[in-house]
Amino acid sequence: MKEYFGNIFTALSTIFIGMKITFKHLFTPSVTIQYPSVRPELPERERNRLYVNMDDCIGCDQCSRACPVSCIEIETVKSLPTEDLGKTSNGKKKALWVPTFTIDFAKCCYCQLCVFPCPTECIYMTDVYEFAELERGNLIYDFSTLTLDERQEKRDNFAKFTAEKEAEKLKAAAAPKPEIKKDQQEEK
Amino acid sequence: MYNLFYNITGSGIISGVILALLPLFAFILPFALFAVYLERKVSAHMQDRLGPMRVGWHGWKQTIADILKLIQKEDIVAKDNDKFLFNLSPIIVFTGSYAAFAVIPFSSYFIGSNIDLGIFYIIAITGLSVAGILMAGWSSNNKYSLLGSMRSVAQIISYEIPTILVVLSIVMVTSSMNLHTLSEMQTGYFWNWFIFGGPGLGLTKFLLIPFMIIGFLVIYISTLAEVNRTPFDIPEAESELVSGYHTEYSGMKFAMFFLAEYANMFAVSAIVVALFLGGYQSPFGYLGNLFNAHWLIPIEQFFWFTFKGVFFVFVQMWLRWTLPRLRVDQLMTTSWKYLIPIAFVNLLIIGLITLL
Repeated sequence: MKEYFGNIFTALSTIFIGMKITFKHLFTPSVTIQYPSVRPELPERERNRLYVNMDDCIGCDQCSRACPVSCIEIETVKSLPTEDLGKTSNGKKKALWVPTFTIDFAKCCYCQLCVFPCPTECIYMTDVYEFAELERGNLIYDFSTLTLDERQEKRDNFAKFTAEKEAEKLKAAAAPKPEIKKDQQEEK
Repeated sequence: MYNLFYNITGSGIISGVILALLPLFAFILPFALFAVYLERKVSAHMQDRLGPMRVGWHGWKQTIADILKLIQKEDIVAKDNDKFLFNLSPIIVFTGSYAAFAVIPFSSYFIGSNIDLGIFYIIAITGLSVAGILMAGWSSNNKYSLLGSMRSVAQIISYEIPTILVVLSIVMVTSSMNLHTLSEMQTGYFWNWFIFGGPGLGLTKFLLIPFMIIGFLVIYISTLAEVNRTPFDIPEAESELVSGYHTEYSGMKFAMFFLAEYANMFAVSAIVVALFLGGYQSPFGYLGNLFNAHWLIPIEQFFWFTFKGVFFVFVQMWLRWTLPRLRVDQLMTTSWKYLIPIAFVNLLIIGLITLL
């Protein structure tokens, strides 16, 4: 009998305690962030989409080698002695054209490992995190500042330059080499 | 109200039809839209969320958009459903809850049918929805639906007993089943309400007060169970039974169940209000009497009735987001071991006090 009324009392009192709590929550400000119109403030060192400042890039390929998922692809072409590529913002002389600098954000794991090796600090994380695409191919970002024609031109220039150099070398090397060999053979 | 329509139209049938449709279009549909919105907002704020915010100012058009979506939806009927019962059951469930509105006194001038068996009629006609729910579960040919509807029937039948016992105790005090008369008895100020012992001063009034409060609690808990609201929502139990008896329904048929549920929520609140809290009577007297504008009184009465009704609907929602769902055995324990004995003893004591 005592238990019976005790049960009723516990049930009612706990219901009222619970109702008090929920009623308090009815008037506490909500924690919802209404995302597209109100954006959450991200921490200072958040890791989102990468950006490459090509003015500072010297084409050293260190970021690509540091990448654990190989999402950075860099192709470099040596510049001709006559060309002046200018200097980076921290005083390094640029010596390479970078016709290809692509980052595949479908592969990127946002580990930030590419950021630290960069000698000129030209690759870094931005605060952009909304870059969904309908086609997977659109996630491959091309950072190279050269136009497609320019890229081909640089490659051709260098190929021509090396070919000329080779030809000169061959010409220069064509005469004396056999003589040395002959001497050696005679000595033996 | 009937006489007014009769004078305007000059035809008994037309005025009857208008009178029958008026609560549906003027009250149940707007109330359901509002209650769904209220439920979502209350639930959201009780969990420190915001709820619907996109459609209109603070999302007030959300439920209208939802009902438009439901109207456009495909009406899916599965292959092995019992087609006849499947199509019939939403209509029966809705009819059961809608018919209860016929005798609910919204104000002293608007009561669909002022019959002497008002409260008896409500209890009888809401029993119709039990049949509808069982039909829905059976004809869906789905084990979860059948389980849900069987639970629902067991629950509604066992909780009808304490409800009826408490209603009976009120009927013993007042010797009337007419809801209009019951509301008229509680006229004046709030201390004339039956929860405070009814009209008149004397020893009986003060002796009745604690037992009336117990009766009020019992009837509120048991009507909560009758309309399948949390913590007694095991027939619907989203997490165990995938919404129970209306799992297989879609589009407008689902909307009918939904409408019936919200109409029921108001109907039971209205019964509790009419029996214990003065019905449409204002707790502080009327402005219409104060300013000698008697046309204002019915409007005020309508306001007070809906205000009290919506307040108890709000309490239902409040409980829903406070308490977890009961287990089946706990549900039966609450009814058979606690509510029914308490209601019986209460009935006995109130009967003895009335004899004094």
